[in-house]
Amino acid sequence: MALNPCQPLSGDGLTEMARVNRLDAARMFMSAGNGHFGSCYSCTEIITALYFSIMRIDAANPDWPDRDRFIMGKGHAAPTLYSALIRRGFMPEEWMDQYEKAVGVRLMTHPSRRYQPGVDVSQGSLGHGLSIGVGMALAGKLDWRNYNVYVLMGDGETNEGSVWEAAASASKFGLRNLVGIIDSNGLCVDGNLADVMPMEPMAAKWQAFGWDVSRLDGHDLPALLSALAPDRESTTGKPRMIIADTIKGKGVSFMENVRSWHADSISAEQYSRLVAELEERVA
Amino acid sequence: MSRPRMKTSAMIASIAAEGQRTVSAPFGHTLVRLAADRPEIVGMTADLGKYTDLHVFSAVYPDRFYQMGMAEQLLFGAAAGMAREGFMPFATTYAVFASRRAYDFIYMAIAEDQLNVKIVCALPGLTTGYGPSHQATEDLAIFRGVPNLTIVDPCDALEIEQATEAITEHAGPVYMRLLRGNVPLVLDEYSYKFELGKAKLIRDGSDVVFISSGLMTMRTLEAAEFLKADHIDAGVLHVSTIKPLDEVALLAEIRKPGRLIVIVENHNLIGGLGEAVMASSMRNGVMGRIRHIGLPDAFLDAGALPTLHDRYGISTNCLVSQVKAWL
Amino acid sequence: MPHTQRSNLVPEISELRRRATNIREFALRMGAVQGQGYIGQALGIADVLAVAYFGSMRYRSQEPKWEGRDRFLLSIGHYAIALYGALIEANFIPHEELETYGSDNSRLPMSGMAHYTPGMEITGGSLGHGLPIAVGMCLGLKRKKSNAFVYTLLSDGELNEGATWEAALSGAHWKLNNLIAIVDVNNQQADGPSSQILGFEPLMDKWRAFGWWVERVDGNEIESVFAAFEKARELEVPQPRIIICDTLMGKGVSFLEKREKLHFIRVEQHEWNEALNALRAEVTV
Repeated sequence: MALNPCQPLSGDGLTEMARVNRLDAARMFMSAGNGHFGSCYSCTEIITALYFSIMRIDAANPDWPDRDRFIMGKGHAAPTLYSALIRRGFMPEEWMDQYEKAVGVRLMTHPSRRYQPGVDVSQGSLGHGLSIGVGMALAGKLDWRNYNVYVLMGDGETNEGSVWEAAASASKFGLRNLVGIIDSNGLCVDGNLADVMPMEPMAAKWQAFGWDVSRLDGHDLPALLSALAPDRESTTGKPRMIIADTIKGKGVSFMENVRSWHADSISAEQYSRLVAELEERVA
Repeated sequence: MSRPRMKTSAMIASIAAEGQRTVSAPFGHTLVRLAADRPEIVGMTADLGKYTDLHVFSAVYPDRFYQMGMAEQLLFGAAAGMAREGFMPFATTYAVFASRRAYDFIYMAIAEDQLNVKIVCALPGLTTGYGPSHQATEDLAIFRGVPNLTIVDPCDALEIEQATEAITEHAGPVYMRLLRGNVPLVLDEYSYKFELGKAKLIRDGSDVVFISSGLMTMRTLEAAEFLKADHIDAGVLHVSTIKPLDEVALLAEIRKPGRLIVIVENHNLIGGLGEAVMASSMRNGVMGRIRHIGLPDAFLDAGALPTLHDRYGISTNCLVSQVKAWL
Repeated sequence: MPHTQRSNLVPEISELRRRATNIREFALRMGAVQGQGYIGQALGIADVLAVAYFGSMRYRSQEPKWEGRDRFLLSIGHYAIALYGALIEANFIPHEELETYGSDNSRLPMSGMAHYTPGMEITGGSLGHGLPIAVGMCLGLKRKKSNAFVYTLLSDGELNEGATWEAALSGAHWKLNNLIAIVDVNNQQADGPSSQILGFEPLMDKWRAFGWWVERVDGNEIESVFAAFEKARELEVPQPRIIICDTLMGKGVSFLEKREKLHFIRVEQHEWNEALNALRAEVTV
């Protein structure tokens, strides 16, 4: 199958692309010697659904004014984004093998608009993404443009007060063109989110802040497509929040829900096992 | 055949060179020791306990550890509240988040009423390859402007141990830059003893004197050895308390004639140790042949730390060649 | 009269009303001293303060740092004029000092400063600090096995601040049942009505979703306010408590109540006396 699709994918095509995305991310981590495996693998389906089906973007025209925007609030999961951008044709495949290799390479730990065509916003400090998204969505309304702004956040990230400032603001401005997605994998640096700073009941909080909320399995591609479908004709005027229940490290048996894979180095032997598992899925 | 497991992580980069002696988590272990006799000590963090060596403390004293979630303004506000109730909170996060996200809370909720909060932050200056979001290149510039705040930038594992103890004995807010994980041990060879507010002449020199702080003192000591092989006699004045500055010791060294003074810091050229020293020197009418090495006023690159230190001129090799060029 | 024992001290509502009137009067007199002040807010919140200081909290006015005291945190530093009224009425501050409000070397600066004034627990000015500090205090009090409560007065505008929600999450997570937050909803901020600046309704839903026990009352209805404070204190749920009080700026002086609603209500020089007269007249009616 073509690895640089321009037509939206669905069904098997999307599933295959998610698999490719995981392999790409692992390839980048191998190149660097380490990475945020867990964080990348929990949002693979979300990114795949956005970049290969939902978002209106043009690789030949990364600054196309009417493009849908994407903000990777959880910047440390950058390789998942890089793979999608590469496979969509925004960046060349060779850059993958340079990931974090040396100073001056194009792909590093956090996304950077300066160096990476297709990246809308540089990220790294958690809690900024939604605020920036509010600004972009406001601009879209002011300019009478029809684009959507998608912001992917980590569940731990929603501890940050700045997220709630943005939440209140999005509701006040009636930003229907703003879609937030929370990669709810239940884990953060210091442990289970429930022990560190629990966010449940999550849906009730976002609803109280004036958002339309849906909750789904973040690895269920058809469900994601349905929830993320553009709603350009809606009149409710409410921003949308999709709470995606995910598994940190999903897709690789020895990484799933293991906290230390938030960020870790990988041995050659582990890499082989990972590749073998992912390739087995083709059958 | 299997390749060796690669260890370098852009984030958890160790400052230690190959074969250098290190101590594991000196801050965490020292805090545990101090907490035994000081029931008022509590540990607090904003989801970075693991990366600020506070996890060592929380493992031993889980009931004295407060995980505040990823919320830095809350962390320092709550630390102020605990201090008002008579506790001595050690509140940890990364230097970038304390100095940028939570500055107003540190300034008003903690420093304004001189509360006994110890703000201990990892990743000072350029100690990670993660990019500007994690590189606290201007933390000293920001915090130097806070009245009542004592600022400490320790050099190595030994000094971290000693400084942690000293700041518990100091009544009032403190900001301490932290090296974490496997921290090099260097100052034991110089029989070093930390004193809050005091600069220390670790070695004297007749051609050059380095004025350095934090991990840069490890580098200047190394550089002094390299220069010695080239018959250049270099000294090192270690300034681990940035605020209040030990002007007496600094001016005494600057005053001595015939030497090149080189200020070296792991911080932006703007607003850190260098400008503090030079301002003091001018204010007191003490002139010297002064040069300044530090990070440029720029958003720094991401990448591997050794490369970045070379690129920005703060590696030992850079210090050596720069000094030779100036002499 | 020191309020160290609460058990026999169920106050008469008429007594609370009297205290509220005194607080209003002190605030107006302080405003007159400087010719300006956040008088609209002070008049609006006087009933809440009367209930807090004379129907709820435990303290010793001659020993403002008594360890067993309930702490009252004024997160909204610019409401100092109102709190001073309560502190004067409660004998933390002598009546005579009222004349020094806002002057040089005064113990009564226009924005609340902890180390200036007996009974002022924190330094305000920068909004959004009170609740985070309160969380820390409550944690500390629990460590010390103290029975003291921490009351924190917030404005509706402060709910814009992210730090407030960080503290909200934290308060619920740590089950801080010794924390009583009070929000003054007067629908006014520096740049206009709060509902237009950053619409914060539905307020009760938000706090419930964040795990707090919530009650909402008319903040100028002393019986309701008193009942809410009682419940907040007695309730045995492992949750922090919040009382949302809808208040009217300028309450108690009808020409100020009717004045164009502004964050900083303008009062002309000659109007201060008129306001005092109106206050006393309206009370006797």
